[in-house]
Amino acid sequence: MIKVEQLTKKYPSTTAIEDLNFEVAKGEVVGLLGPNGAGKTTTMRILAGFIPATSGSAFVAGYDIFRESLKARMHLGYLPESVPMYGEMRVREYLRYRGSLKGLSGKKLRQRIETVQELCSIKEVGKRPISTLSKGYKQRVGLAEAMIHQPPLLILDEPTLGLDPNQIRQVRELIRSLGEKHTILLSTHILSEAEMTCSRVIIVNKGHIQASDTPANLIGQIRTSGNVCLEARTGNDNPIEWLTRIHGIKEVSARVEDGWQLCSIRVEASSDPREEIFALATERRWILRELTRERATLEDAFVEITHD
Amino acid sequence: MILLRRELSVLFLSPIAYVTLFFFLILNGLSFWFAIVSLNHAPAENTVGQVFFNGTLFWMAYLLVFPLITMRLFAEEFKLGTIETLMTAPVREIEVVLSKFFAAFLFYLCLWIPSLLYFLVFSWLGNRAAIGSAGQLWAPYVLLFVTGTFNVALGCLASAVTSNQIVAATISFVLTTGFFFLTLAHYLASRAAPLWREIAESVSQVDHMESFSSGIVDSRALVFYPSMALLFIFITFHFFQWRRWKA
Repeated sequence: MIKVEQLTKKYPSTTAIEDLNFEVAKGEVVGLLGPNGAGKTTTMRILAGFIPATSGSAFVAGYDIFRESLKARMHLGYLPESVPMYGEMRVREYLRYRGSLKGLSGKKLRQRIETVQELCSIKEVGKRPISTLSKGYKQRVGLAEAMIHQPPLLILDEPTLGLDPNQIRQVRELIRSLGEKHTILLSTHILSEAEMTCSRVIIVNKGHIQASDTPANLIGQIRTSGNVCLEARTGNDNPIEWLTRIHGIKEVSARVEDGWQLCSIRVEASSDPREEIFALATERRWILRELTRERATLEDAFVEITHD
Repeated sequence: MILLRRELSVLFLSPIAYVTLFFFLILNGLSFWFAIVSLNHAPAENTVGQVFFNGTLFWMAYLLVFPLITMRLFAEEFKLGTIETLMTAPVREIEVVLSKFFAAFLFYLCLWIPSLLYFLVFSWLGNRAAIGSAGQLWAPYVLLFVTGTFNVALGCLASAVTSNQIVAATISFVLTTGFFFLTLAHYLASRAAPLWREIAESVSQVDHMESFSSGIVDSRALVFYPSMALLFIFITFHFFQWRRWKA
């Protein structure tokens, strides 16, 4: 659905992206992750046909985004980062205008307006001017607008930016349900969101692709995974002294809270000493309240990959 | 077509349009009234129409109107960022530029419609025509039509170079009045070079109006203003493209 080859965009003072190569297959939901200034927005703007690249090529739905820009634009829906809209227009009016710009008319247009309003649950604000809407509604109007012409591809730049947790959940649900019918390329700062919605994640940093894999594989790759957390009443024992005797434990730090020892245990990669810890606890008659292996998140993977 | 409809609806639904229309009508009404009054006091060879179309207030209204109707066109899209949604929809840049130009131009034409009423009311109440012949009525409007294309195109360009509407209005005002008064300079400098004088006379809107309002249609004006308008639309188009790409 998207094919990017050697894509480079240079600005007078900086290089936003350099020699980017990636593909997005039909039906995928791909997350573009990266710190600020990594080139996410630039990449998306180029793919949406808003700005030209300095060199390289990009194809959307088989059309060259530079040479057959109009055809390519017909096949994609784009939601810019700031969700710019005409504030004085009413929601339905805006959808009608944008729908007809994208080639819809008559009954088909009316049907699509109804459908997208329902999908994005913005029916109740259909008659309100856009400037009076909350950020969450605006975002959903933007989404509704992006998919009004049933494009096979949706490009969403930070679709949950500036929303409160409830709204984030709603938009995330929406994106997930859209992913069943559309190919989606989205960028985000919120890593848990990418973990939950994306089938694949591309991490970009300083204009280059650092990693491209499923969230689960990315998490599996990182070194920091596998720390163990222990909470126990150890009586007169010093837990650090006892725990460091176990094979595979590298370092233990502990602090006391209400008589409970809260231990954070760093273990060697690919070892899981929880059984031994439990055996030690029963042997020393410690009262155990928690013994868990910390699950690494995409956030850890992200921090590790973008810091290298 | 859809773009044009959208631009027109914005122009006609915005309060600034009605403020413009209001002041435009006041100035024009006063101008017409002064024309009648001045002719009442001192009988002259001129018709009411001629005095009206060559009055100071008339020109003032005329020059003020272009910045007001064109300042929004491009500047607002850049300011709001809606340029991004607009240009990622399947529309061509030239379509956007032309629809904005024609919307502003149609609005400008609409501003003149009420002034036709003056002549109607005058002949109805006064039992005589405000103009000498039919040609003396439509010729000035033909001139306003062609000079309108030129000045609206200047306004479009002014709006395309900035994201700030006030700056756009200022640039457009400077360009339109600048051109207007520059071509009048030969009245002040009596010893102006003959070539300069000739150039100025052949492109001066005031000089043209003088001949058009007496019913003489000068074909130079009919060619000059629309072709200048085309040139400025072309420049606007390239500026627009350049700004979008540099974004």
